[in-house]
Amino acid sequence: MNIHEYQGKQIMRDFGVAVPNGHVAYSADEAVEAAKKLGTDVTVVKAQIHAGGRGNAGGVKIAKSLDDVRTYAEELLGKTLVTHQTGSEGKEVKRLLIEEGCDIQNEYYVGLVLDRNTSRITMMASEEGGTEIEQVAEENPEKIFKEVIDPVVGLAPFQARRLAFNINIPKESLSKAVKFMMGLYDVFVKKDCSIAEINPLVTTGDGEVLALDSKLNFDDNALFRQKDVADLRDLDEEDPKEIEASKYDLSYIALDGDIGCMVNGAGLAMATMDTIKHYGGEPANFLDVGGGATTEKVTGAFKLILSDENVNGIFVNIFGGIMKCDVIAEGIVAATKEVGLTLPLVVRLEGTNVEEGKRILDESGLNITSADSMANGAQKIVELVK
Amino acid sequence: MSVYIDKNTKVIVQGITGSTALFHAKQMLEYGTQIVGGVTPGKGGTDAEGVPVFNTVEEAVKATGANASVIYVPAPFAADAIMEATDAEMDIAICITEHIPVQDMIKVKRYMEGKKTRLVGPNCPGVITPDECKIGIMPGYIHKKGHVGVVSRSGTLTYEAVHQLSEAGLGQSTAVGIGGDPVNGTDFIDVLKAFQEDDDTEAVIMIGEIGGTAEEEAAEWVKANMDKPVVGFIGGRTAPPGKRMGHAGAIISGGKGTADEKIRVMNECGIEVAETPSVMGETLINVLKSNDIYDKCKTH
Repeated sequence: MNIHEYQGKQIMRDFGVAVPNGHVAYSADEAVEAAKKLGTDVTVVKAQIHAGGRGNAGGVKIAKSLDDVRTYAEELLGKTLVTHQTGSEGKEVKRLLIEEGCDIQNEYYVGLVLDRNTSRITMMASEEGGTEIEQVAEENPEKIFKEVIDPVVGLAPFQARRLAFNINIPKESLSKAVKFMMGLYDVFVKKDCSIAEINPLVTTGDGEVLALDSKLNFDDNALFRQKDVADLRDLDEEDPKEIEASKYDLSYIALDGDIGCMVNGAGLAMATMDTIKHYGGEPANFLDVGGGATTEKVTGAFKLILSDENVNGIFVNIFGGIMKCDVIAEGIVAATKEVGLTLPLVVRLEGTNVEEGKRILDESGLNITSADSMANGAQKIVELVK
Repeated sequence: MSVYIDKNTKVIVQGITGSTALFHAKQMLEYGTQIVGGVTPGKGGTDAEGVPVFNTVEEAVKATGANASVIYVPAPFAADAIMEATDAEMDIAICITEHIPVQDMIKVKRYMEGKKTRLVGPNCPGVITPDECKIGIMPGYIHKKGHVGVVSRSGTLTYEAVHQLSEAGLGQSTAVGIGGDPVNGTDFIDVLKAFQEDDDTEAVIMIGEIGGTAEEEAAEWVKANMDKPVVGFIGGRTAPPGKRMGHAGAIISGGKGTADEKIRVMNECGIEVAETPSVMGETLINVLKSNDIYDKCKTH
């Protein structure tokens, strides 16, 4: 799960990690109020959307007066920002972060991610702040320093120190940088983050070490114990179909094609997309109905696929293990009746209770094309939507 | 011989009184797996599917002599269940549970360092040695005893591959689902190594997907260490970058973990990769024939 920059900064502040003072604003009036409260000579007006690259897209403005703040706030609120992470349709700005300006001396990068090879959290740091870390990795890999963290002891002070020395943090700011890194690790672990990126981390003229930006992502699987984080979810930032899918606990990702897919298992769902494409079709979605699906869940999945107006046909590909074919079959029959399906439907069932599943489909009297393999099913649906 | 489990493996089911666990305990018993007991804290002294239920894994091991555990415990408690199986010195703990928080798994991996227990999973279909022992959630009837080893990150794609092999008369020595999570117990290389050392395994089919670099490392390992033929498949060629494709580990991030890159490295290391999942079996048959071991692998 993603949250906004201002929310990430509040979490960091709660953990004693240094961030500039700032307030969220939903209107120009609130923006001016926030700037008054800060009382600084320079105020930064930052568009809050769940995407990086906001600066280059004109989403960050430096205001030198309250009038500036109002002008920029009015300009940004309601504007659609297009960054390299939003896609061409962009995202509408509905919230602003009004933040005190600071006297930046140097910019750095600090991030925490899971290192899959060691099954440990790794802190990465670089003196190439302000540049995307992927780009630094590509162009100057020697400028990225890493510390693999033992979960028993956490980030050790010597590791934070080593990183700070390696990225040439000025001596007078060193202990503050170490404190910052230790604090960030603490946030990462205690809040079940999956990514924490501070880009840039800055040192200021008076020796402070601050997070100028903050990107915190959270492990969806841990939200059950992070209720306050779950409450920060901003549905405006998410695809409405993906929101609907999450209600049914389905894994759904919208794509551009016209063949709706319903599959059990993530690997098979991906492979089904690949196979449709191989036979010249275009998948409309990735949809994994998961392991312990009920009839209701399958009905929900079916409605979800049909809510996409680009869909011209549906391919159901089920290989039952934990998922029983008869449950899928009942769901298909119930959903088809409920929504009055008129589109071509190809169903391929295999696995646990397959005979029972096939019998339910056959006896339903519905217009269902059955397939005896994934390739066969993909070919049939590609043919039918032509 | 086989890999990890065989007819002598004695299994307990952790979380046995849950509905999914009960369903699969029954399926495993019907397959012939020696399920000797179950564990649900607070339900010790009762019965489930005709096997005794214990309060702790330690108790279950003492009473039954179990050396393997299969875990169906809900995600918030699953990490603890894996550690309990490890503490009881199981040979193998197979965790089916999905949605375990990553940080729980990081701690589990650290806890298991230097200890005896092998963890398979989590978020996996389990392990099966056909006609001997089935531990997990896979449909037993699609498997046939034979000489092809199967290792996969995906559950249903494993069934797909096994189904094709069995239809083509190619039985399996053992099929191992290593799971779709970014932090797991047993990885591709562990299983490939076991297959290389297993007298019953003549060839291996390896099924990967987008995300991480485990397939690339496994391919390098195959090139350096394996003389048995390996074929592969990678799911997610059409997956968009930056989106988590169902499995927590299946994500292309920062341009890393694409299917094309994995396929490129696998090919470079001498691994034939099937173009679509429907031709996994066919691809293997061709490789078996060119290695002159097709007749040896054909089980009927």
